[in-house]
Amino acid sequence: MAESVMFHFDVDGESFESAGEASIVVKKRLRQLGLAPDIIRRVSIAMYEGEINMVIHANGGTADVEVTPEEIIIVLADKGPGIPDVDLAMQAGYSTAKDNIRSLGFGAGMGLPNMKKYSDSMEIDTTVGVGTTITMKVKL
Amino acid sequence: MKIRQIQSLMEADLLTGEDELDSDVFSACASDMMSDVLAFVKDQGVLITGLVNPQVIRTAAMMDMRCIVFVRGKNPGEDVISLGDEAGIVIMTSKLRMYEACGRLYTAGLHAGSITTPEE
Repeated sequence: MAESVMFHFDVDGESFESAGEASIVVKKRLRQLGLAPDIIRRVSIAMYEGEINMVIHANGGTADVEVTPEEIIIVLADKGPGIPDVDLAMQAGYSTAKDNIRSLGFGAGMGLPNMKKYSDSMEIDTTVGVGTTITMKVKL
Repeated sequence: MKIRQIQSLMEADLLTGEDELDSDVFSACASDMMSDVLAFVKDQGVLITGLVNPQVIRTAAMMDMRCIVFVRGKNPGEDVISLGDEAGIVIMTSKLRMYEACGRLYTAGLHAGSITTPEE
């Protein structure tokens, strides 16, 4: 694969039911590109957690995925409330999700730790009251 | 273990995926928290859960799981079943409670497989 391939998605913040649709599409596309199954799994889990976060906390946003010959870059951007204390948010088990989200199977405080775990690098650019952009990279 | 054998052990009704009943699975995990499934589970073939919503199917799809068993008699709606169908995941429902369901599979030789934690 000599050239980069890019995908763009708008993540609907209104519906928890549809959260994850973009990640499912990305998973399919990466399969079509013939990438290794473990790479595909890591990218799709990291993106899925990010998508769920955007729906739970930020009323949706955008997801951009770029596949280059060297790596896969996932950029998740929202105009949500921002993260006041990133170190705290990165702690496994820390969550600000409401009980109704827990009853849906999420909000265990594992989203951001999982995204870091499954990517090779993760940067969080966040401003309270403005929004959050998370950039994750997975090496090929 | 064949998925067909899981159906038999669980006394489960098949909801979708008949073509995949003779596929093999090598491990299983059980949880109602999809966050934990995404965090701790690796190379699992079967998801046993009492949670019913579309995110269960998407979680299983992300993890490349082959089969979902809904326990405690939970019956997913058509939307959930058709998502499973699209993802090529076998879906069944059992009246067993989760503890009993896990015990039967474990006793029959289906174990937890490799597990990783976020700290690793």
